[in-house]
Amino acid sequence: MRAAGSTAAIEAAYRVEFPRVVAVLAAFTGDIALAEELAQDALVDALRQWPRDGTPASPGAWLTAVGKRKAIDAFRRHRTLDAKYAQIGRELQARSVVEDGSDALGAESDEEIDDDRLRLIFVACHPVVSAPARIALTLRLVGGLTVPEIARAYVVPEATIAQRIVRAKKTIARAGVPFEVPVGEDRSSRLGAVLEVIYLVFNEGYAATAGEKWVRPELCAEAVRLGRVLAALMPDEPEVHGLVALMEFQSSRLRARTGPTGAPVLLLDQDRRTWDRLLIGRGEAALARADQLAGSRGPYALQAAIAACHARTLQPEETDWDQLVALYTALARATPSPIIELNRAVAVSRASGPAEALALVDVLVGTRTLERYHLLYSVRGDLLDRLGRYDEAASEFERAAALATNQQERTLLIERAQASRSSALGELRDI
Amino acid sequence: MRFLGYTLANEAETPTEPPTPDLYEKMGRFVDEAVKAGVIVATGGIAPTSEGARISLKAGEYTVVDGPFVEAKELVGGWALMECRDLPEAVEWSKRFLGVLGEGEVRVRPVSG
Repeated sequence: MRAAGSTAAIEAAYRVEFPRVVAVLAAFTGDIALAEELAQDALVDALRQWPRDGTPASPGAWLTAVGKRKAIDAFRRHRTLDAKYAQIGRELQARSVVEDGSDALGAESDEEIDDDRLRLIFVACHPVVSAPARIALTLRLVGGLTVPEIARAYVVPEATIAQRIVRAKKTIARAGVPFEVPVGEDRSSRLGAVLEVIYLVFNEGYAATAGEKWVRPELCAEAVRLGRVLAALMPDEPEVHGLVALMEFQSSRLRARTGPTGAPVLLLDQDRRTWDRLLIGRGEAALARADQLAGSRGPYALQAAIAACHARTLQPEETDWDQLVALYTALARATPSPIIELNRAVAVSRASGPAEALALVDVLVGTRTLERYHLLYSVRGDLLDRLGRYDEAASEFERAAALATNQQERTLLIERAQASRSSALGELRDI
Repeated sequence: MRFLGYTLANEAETPTEPPTPDLYEKMGRFVDEAVKAGVIVATGGIAPTSEGARISLKAGEYTVVDGPFVEAKELVGGWALMECRDLPEAVEWSKRFLGVLGEGEVRVRPVSG
């Protein structure tokens, strides 16, 4: 039997409440670093009091109230030291007239909490902070992951993550980022920064850049969760739904993406019967919502439409490559990028043949923007192999393998290089 | 990790009166909160056995029996697929659900695949 007031139960309740509590405390104090400390202090109180007095009916309101009281105490202590703190302290006290009433201090409505959560998301993802630091801070404060959990997910030492989070908080405090959801012309670029953070988390889970594992499903799950939270908080933003749709579709393939030994299985080789139909359904619904809200698709909705095109196709040979070329072309127009151009070339190779695609890839090689990107050589190797130019193909796969940072990907590329070499030898013998 | 949480009900004892407006409102708020926490992946209810059928295969012989199944005491009522990090989190959400309901039993099991 699991006791109601056990440490594990209290910690679970705390984890569930943490993102909401931190958001309200950050709004209350205007200081995200302090908010996190206050929430942690409130947990210490809960671990002491709940087993004795019973779990409160509303754990979130209890934790928030305790955090606020601690904030007021902290500001009072600082009164003589710092005029700015003293001012904040007076304001906070004025806003919470009832001294002992946890009701008055933890009485935010659901709507107010939602607003605070959204504000916290925008502050944590502020572009003034570097991407790795923004990611760590968002996973900590918005996702509620602990530092060790984040470190494990990113395969870096805990100290590195802790430092990133501290640095991010300092940068935000120094820049004086207001605790609010941006309005006006700032809004769309700031929303872009939020979506970017979520998608970067997802991508690191979907194709890990480091370590032995190629996929980290727990990071994908965390990103999808953040996306779903954001979609619920911003139901009228088409690109939020576009990003959620994209992540749901891609998550549906996670199981099929690795073989029994953890080796990558490429899209066209996957066992599509193992794709998660529930997530595909959620992806379709989110994409439909994005389309309904926007006259034309943004970059995330376009990528979701590309993922949807694959998700709807049960046999790889039935893939609608013409539609995919059209979608990639639209995407390249919306957000010109060499990586999208490379993906477009892959679609073109299936729709119109490898020769036409190779011409596109060679243009990319000429620009030298993807010089260090292993997939450029992997794609080029594949096209050359399909054209029967096996020796050149093998060299490209070897080059790709040398640049790949993920162990599983490198192994796959070395295997492909070997396969091309044997094809070349087979040809020699035929002569 | 995905968990299936489901309520159990004894069909003979299931109250026939619909939920009060107050419960309806509270449950709506709870579901809203769970969706905004990114926890609920899918949810639904299951109709009484009188509207269903039971299908079995034994020695190459199919038997189809229309409901109700009188002997069924532990029936799945409502269900929710939850995305939680671990079992204690799924237990916490189940407790909240029951807190809104006032009384009842929820079983939670990890869903594989």
